[in-house]
Amino acid sequence: MTKEETRELQRIAQRIRLGIVKSVAAAASGHPGGSLSVADIMATLYFKEMRIDSKNPTWPDRDRFVMSKGHAAPALYATLAEAGFIGKEELTTLRKFGSRLQGHPSMRHVPGVEMSTGSLGQGLSAANGMAIAAKLDKRPTRVYVIIGDGEAQEGQIWEASMTSVHRKLDNLMVFFDYNGLQIDGKITDVKSFTEPAAKWRAFGWHVLEIDGHDIQAIHAACEEAKATKGKPTMVVAHTIKGKGVPFMENIVDWHGKAPSEEQAEEAISHLEASLR
Amino acid sequence: MTDAPQKTATRAAYGKALVKLGELNPNVVVLDADLSKSTKTEGFAKRFPERFFQMGIAEADMMGTAAGLAASGKIPFASSFAIFASGRAFDQVRQTAGYGRLNVKIGASHGGITVGEDGASHQSIEDIALMRVIPGMTVIVPADAEETEQAVFAAARHEGPVYIRTGRSPVPVLFDEDYKFQIGKAATLREGKDVTIIACGVMVSASLEAAEILAKKGVSARVLNMATIKPIHVDAVVAAAKETGAIVTVEEHSIIGGLGSAVCEVTGEMCPVPVERVGIRDVFGQSGTPHELMQAYGLTGDDIAQAAVRAIDRIGT
Repeated sequence: MTKEETRELQRIAQRIRLGIVKSVAAAASGHPGGSLSVADIMATLYFKEMRIDSKNPTWPDRDRFVMSKGHAAPALYATLAEAGFIGKEELTTLRKFGSRLQGHPSMRHVPGVEMSTGSLGQGLSAANGMAIAAKLDKRPTRVYVIIGDGEAQEGQIWEASMTSVHRKLDNLMVFFDYNGLQIDGKITDVKSFTEPAAKWRAFGWHVLEIDGHDIQAIHAACEEAKATKGKPTMVVAHTIKGKGVPFMENIVDWHGKAPSEEQAEEAISHLEASLR
Repeated sequence: MTDAPQKTATRAAYGKALVKLGELNPNVVVLDADLSKSTKTEGFAKRFPERFFQMGIAEADMMGTAAGLAASGKIPFASSFAIFASGRAFDQVRQTAGYGRLNVKIGASHGGITVGEDGASHQSIEDIALMRVIPGMTVIVPADAEETEQAVFAAARHEGPVYIRTGRSPVPVLFDEDYKFQIGKAATLREGKDVTIIACGVMVSASLEAAEILAKKGVSARVLNMATIKPIHVDAVVAAAKETGAIVTVEEHSIIGGLGSAVCEVTGEMCPVPVERVGIRDVFGQSGTPHELMQAYGLTGDDIAQAAVRAIDRIGT
């Protein structure tokens, strides 16, 4: 990947962050922290890796993305807006009555949302189903998933992790958003979850560990996943909750709280400055 | 109607129907959670190994996987015992198949207390209630082998999630190939004017016995096979209320939330008449033979006939 490409993806990630802040601020509720933490992954997936067509969102051979941590809906919507699946002006309808942009992603409301999520722990199972279907139909489809680190406390994640390996789903790639925080505090305090990479390795996954804000590392991980045969790939992506908005970074309270008007302005001007 | 003596469990008919369906429709896939010998999906597994997915003992994961398959154009039949399919995986069914309006078909075997010796842990008396309350979910409880096969085919044709509940124990044949099952339509098995017995699943044949018992006492009972619990056949319930004046509902399920409740919702709003609900009366089951349990929990032809007399006695009170 060229430097220019990397810089462009970084700019897209910042625009996604702007969309997250603006939409959550307009909604006056929502989950900015874990949305901001995945913006670089979203930018790289949607603008470098995935074969998708916003003009033809149900194209059968398309790649699929499942936001298993459904509360990061603002990141998904901001990305879909960047990619042209929905209008950017629609982002400020997030969570409002009558809006397509439900508090958690609904596949029946928004083109480009491949699975309804929100109740945690379920997206990986659905993604397995999509990856199995692609193999049955001999389609080139690859399936991408983001799961939260707190979400991995759900048992179904581990049921699904066994399925991905048992079915040899090498068309499946999962990002583990390892920001270390969940609603009630640090993951290590709530229910300590240590050595995720070792856990998935023990389950039989091809496991990578990267800086989840390093666009080149995300891209390289995607390339490695494509080259890995017979196994699904898990990317333990070390991230910062609230990344890109300094006053939100690594502060647990920003898991599920909207910024005030002044705070939103501060965040927006900071992000816009990075785009100049 | 036929008097053929061959008894078949509806779960066995489910398994056979899947194989037939698999021959006709390449998009049909089957999932099971380590119970394929009991749910009878093993026949499909042998015939179409590439379209059968053994998910291990992980019902939640199975339902989520089925949702993903459905989102990719497949017609998955996810199969397990009723208690696990509806209870263990309730949230998965609700969030993905239900909220996503996905084409997931749930094949739930071993419904009710005729599961028998396994005891209360495995006797699903809540599943119809759980599935019925999910928006957009279709709930079918077929009464015999023929109806089960037709229900499986109807479910595959239907766009959206469907829950099909079958039973473990062999049940008498009620229908032949001339029967035409339709989702949302009751079948009148016996005409009558004094009371209507509305039954589903394994309780339909006991309800026909009850009608015989009542006939000997000079009571004319209509018997409706209400195979589709949701959407319930409103017109058939209203006609029963208006034409016979009293109703008995009969199900191998809790009297809370199942067929009895569905019928009462219609009569209560549209045509109040006395209704007696025969079913499990807010208690758990226990180990025993199906016959012993049906006796113990008041699910025999005699029990149904007595309920009919009570309902008739309440007319006008």
